[in-house]
Amino acid sequence: MCGIVGLFLKDKSLEPQLGALLSDMLVTMTDRGPDSAGIVIYGADQNNLVKLTIQSPDPETDFAGLTEDLRKAGITNASILPKSTHAVITVSSDQLEATRSALEELRPDVRVMGTGSVMEIYKEVGLPKDVLERFKISDMSGTHGIGHTRMATESAVTTLGAHPFSTGSDQCLVHNGSLSNHNNLRRELTREGIRLETQNDSEVAAAYLTGEMAKGKNLGEALTSALDDLDGFFTFVVGTKSGFGVVRDPIACKPAVMAETDAYVAFGSEYRALVNLPGIEDAKVWEPEPATVYFWEH
Amino acid sequence: MPVFDLATIELRALNQALHALDKSGPAEDFEVTNPRGSHAVAVGIDAPVNVTIDGSVGYYCAGMNEQATITVKGNAGPGVAENMMSGKVVIKGDASQYAGATAHGGLLVIEGNASSRCGISMKGVDIVVKGNIGHMSAFMAQSGNLVVLGDAGDALGDSLYEARLFVRGTVKSLGADCEKKEMRPEHIELLTKLLADAGITDVKPEEFTRYGSARTLYNFNVDNFDAY
Repeated sequence: MCGIVGLFLKDKSLEPQLGALLSDMLVTMTDRGPDSAGIVIYGADQNNLVKLTIQSPDPETDFAGLTEDLRKAGITNASILPKSTHAVITVSSDQLEATRSALEELRPDVRVMGTGSVMEIYKEVGLPKDVLERFKISDMSGTHGIGHTRMATESAVTTLGAHPFSTGSDQCLVHNGSLSNHNNLRRELTREGIRLETQNDSEVAAAYLTGEMAKGKNLGEALTSALDDLDGFFTFVVGTKSGFGVVRDPIACKPAVMAETDAYVAFGSEYRALVNLPGIEDAKVWEPEPATVYFWEH
Repeated sequence: MPVFDLATIELRALNQALHALDKSGPAEDFEVTNPRGSHAVAVGIDAPVNVTIDGSVGYYCAGMNEQATITVKGNAGPGVAENMMSGKVVIKGDASQYAGATAHGGLLVIEGNASSRCGISMKGVDIVVKGNIGHMSAFMAQSGNLVVLGDAGDALGDSLYEARLFVRGTVKSLGADCEKKEMRPEHIELLTKLLADAGITDVKPEEFTRYGSARTLYNFNVDNFDAY
């Protein structure tokens, strides 16, 4: 099954509530998938700074003294904000790759879950309620965000197998469904130089879109290509730095409901996920059409 | 009139109260408030009760209905009135996929649009949709009538048996073994009754086109092997 939620704010006054609204939506979807949960929040842009969200199986040891170690390794202005098993490292944007290399050297067990100028990504094994509390998601503000609760079918129940998947700067994807041509596509993407971390089918979809956007396509164009190149069942919700997109395969058996008002665009696997949003009673509510790309940009 | 506020009362209490009603009446009126997309609202009723639901429901609302008249003042999630036996279900908004699937009898009226697989494997139900229907509707439909005032999506009536399909608008494509058929006087008469039952007065039966089975896939024929 899996449950997906997404919220793209048009009304800036709602931004402080983004984390709380998305958390409420995702908890409502708990019975669609109890294995693991994850969320991506797009926050405020900080000039010339970039964020790396990292995860460790042993955060107490790995995160202790990490700032000092990074500074000694030449990442002079690194700052780190630990949150449970994850931490957000902020560095100058020109030091992103140096930070990645330094982390591989200094903390080999630490995984980089995603990077970007505005994006933070949190995911773990467990129920949405517990995962969201662990990372204090409801205190977070932002412009848009995406969440997922997983019922695993195509790869193991692990932190890295949880959604969202981020395969490019400020890009993320969540998926309900299962792809049938992901092994072949993974080989093609690997040949093109795109690095994949897991055996998960949804990560391949994320990497595919990253590859298409790297060729110069915008989110909408990349999603249109996905309809030709991805085989299987899918409802995708995708985020970029300024955009938010939705696409379903032509058979469209994975559920999807959308709502739009002057204040937001919202996505839920079911209408239940949307019922607590402000003004939902007067929102335009519809089921996205099969094989049709929907996307919004700030 | 009993009112069940699903914000404060468990869904099971509502369904149990509906199941406890006498099959032979008298007809009562139930009201359900704050459904908030709940699943399985008012399922498995077998009594002449009127149930009004103030808001949108999730999966499988009004499933297996017998005798009851159920009105949803909102949208319905997947599988509304699935396997209905008799009675009437009215959706004031849109219905999601496989509305009226496998239903044996009764009348399902969808005042908005229905999405994909509307009336899949229907076995005797009458379905009237005021808006459009999605792809693969009436797939393997066995009997009953599907009336669509708007347009139909791809592969209408694929592998159809004896259900009758009436579409007023366009059909994007017909499924395997589904074909356009002549409207004879008995079909006009049938459609007149179905439109009246659904409370539709501003549409004439002559505006519809009938589709049905070409009956070429009924019995195994080796020449049709590619179509299976």
